[in-house]
Amino acid sequence: MELFGIPLQALLSQLLLGLVNGSFYAMLSLGLAVIFGLLNVINFAHGTLYMLGAFAAWIGLSYFNINYWVMLILAPLIVGAFGIVIEKTMLRWLYKLDHLYGLLLTFGITLMVEGIFRSIYGVSGQPYSVPDALQGATNLGFMVLPNYRAWVVLASVVVCFSTWFVIEKTRLGAYLRAGTENPKLVEAFGINVPLMVTLTYGFGVALAAFAGVLAAPVIQVSPLMGSNLIIVVFAVVVIGGMGSILGSIVTGLGLGVIEGLTRVFYPELSATVVFIIMAIVLMIRPAGLFGKEK
Amino acid sequence: MNNPLNKKIFYGVLLVLALLAPFGLYPVFLMKMLCFALFACAFNLLIGYTGLLSFGHAAFFGGAGYVAGQAIKAWGVPTEIGLILGTLTGALIGLVMGLLAIRRQGIYFTMITLALAQMLFFVALQAPFTGGEDGLQGIPRGKLLGFIDLSSDMTLYYVVLAIAIGGFALIVRTIHSPFGQVLKAIKENEPRAISLGYDVDRYKLLAFVLSAALTGLAGSTKALVLGFETLTDVHWSMSGLVVLMTLVGGLGTIVGPIVGAVIIIMLENKLGDIGNWLAGVTHIEWFNTLGDSVTIVTGFIFIVCVLAFRRGIVGEILHLFGKRSASTSH
Repeated sequence: MELFGIPLQALLSQLLLGLVNGSFYAMLSLGLAVIFGLLNVINFAHGTLYMLGAFAAWIGLSYFNINYWVMLILAPLIVGAFGIVIEKTMLRWLYKLDHLYGLLLTFGITLMVEGIFRSIYGVSGQPYSVPDALQGATNLGFMVLPNYRAWVVLASVVVCFSTWFVIEKTRLGAYLRAGTENPKLVEAFGINVPLMVTLTYGFGVALAAFAGVLAAPVIQVSPLMGSNLIIVVFAVVVIGGMGSILGSIVTGLGLGVIEGLTRVFYPELSATVVFIIMAIVLMIRPAGLFGKEK
Repeated sequence: MNNPLNKKIFYGVLLVLALLAPFGLYPVFLMKMLCFALFACAFNLLIGYTGLLSFGHAAFFGGAGYVAGQAIKAWGVPTEIGLILGTLTGALIGLVMGLLAIRRQGIYFTMITLALAQMLFFVALQAPFTGGEDGLQGIPRGKLLGFIDLSSDMTLYYVVLAIAIGGFALIVRTIHSPFGQVLKAIKENEPRAISLGYDVDRYKLLAFVLSAALTGLAGSTKALVLGFETLTDVHWSMSGLVVLMTLVGGLGTIVGPIVGAVIIIMLENKLGDIGNWLAGVTHIEWFNTLGDSVTIVTGFIFIVCVLAFRRGIVGEILHLFGKRSASTSH
């Protein structure tokens, strides 16, 4: 079977790969948006924390023989705790300053952590095998669906929508949204805003680490995997605008799919297509697809 | 440096030092320093005097280097034309990037410049003439204006020094011009500048293009000096490096970026020696590998500067003398 002169199987598998990448974009841009909303910090280290999640999974398996499923819970907790330390010891002092200092600090953290991992593990990737339960593929008749990739998309969609639900529909989320809108007033109502800020950062970071663990079997675990991704995620954030949670999820997944399709029809452009879309969106709708200019 | 005489003496001493430097130090190393000093000054024109943090300056620096190198090597144009083409390339990329980026404010501006520069990185990675991972090799120095042979390091040094001083003078002139005052007004209070009737976006764009063009000049000159151009110069870490130089020296001070560039380039070069010395003093083996860990050290300096040292070296000195920033003293 063929579509536009491309075998359907190839098209669908690139589409799935696009969705997998899109899941990572969605989870990372979601975390960036939540952190930016409350802390006013663009977390450049987000990619690095994603990398740390993947490395935590790999280290857990190769040194301590802890399996994938345990690490899927454990890695976000460990990396999230690391995030909380960063927030408590460093980021905290910058909230009153210009936004750019938060970006520069997290950029410095990125360089340092990446440098340390590069000096230990080199730049080549470490293989991480797919967990037994998800090995193999399912034949759907019109395509062969690799089980693990389907799991990544499913897991990230579930996580993203739970996050959306918590933030938009629960009392805790209401505090968070109120804190984003007016932290002083929320504090006056007796809510511990600094604690909320710390936990929000920890949560955003844990989300990045979760994405990292999911990514470990799909791509090779390497110290550079995060910083290559984070710049694309920045473009995703500019395209979607950071105002809306659903917006970042949809934009992330959508751009992943577009990137996957570009890889089929015009592979030379696949690395740059997201940036080109960003440029077009900036010309037509500068505030982003879902954004409101403040 | 409040009174004009002191300032003249200061610049005079700096000039004499620069003129004598190649007799004591390796000229190519000094030229590299001069190129980065010009790069950092051009960058500071944006961050320090217009309040725009660009994270895409590697695109102008490396992009210009590639074009200048290709023009001199493959098209055989005279050296000075190659440098001009490189500068124009920087300006052109700056114009396109600026037109897109100034549509958003603050932190979005920074993310857009970073993303567009990354796009250029992929172009440089894939384009046929850049040599991909190997880079563009064997750029000949040629003759300046047809009669000044640049193959001698000493001759080239004075040419590069003249270029750097020219660029620096242009930046200082810009900062003190009415145009520069408007830029400062935009930095301090953009809504007020708008309400006074200034077309803020046009001023920002002009400053962006000027900064990009001068960065292009620095990048082409560096390509000429070293004789090659590689992906390092268009990578996002180069954009980060110039931020660091400016931050270490002092954001929004006139000589700060020069000081920062000299320190960071020296550090990169001497880090191995420093590491060995530290290992000798402290007996910690790990320090011996410090030379391979430049990014760890740059990251560390970044963190320290942002947390505790935001004025930078020159900024701190001026603060000690009771000045909030160099620009207010003029």
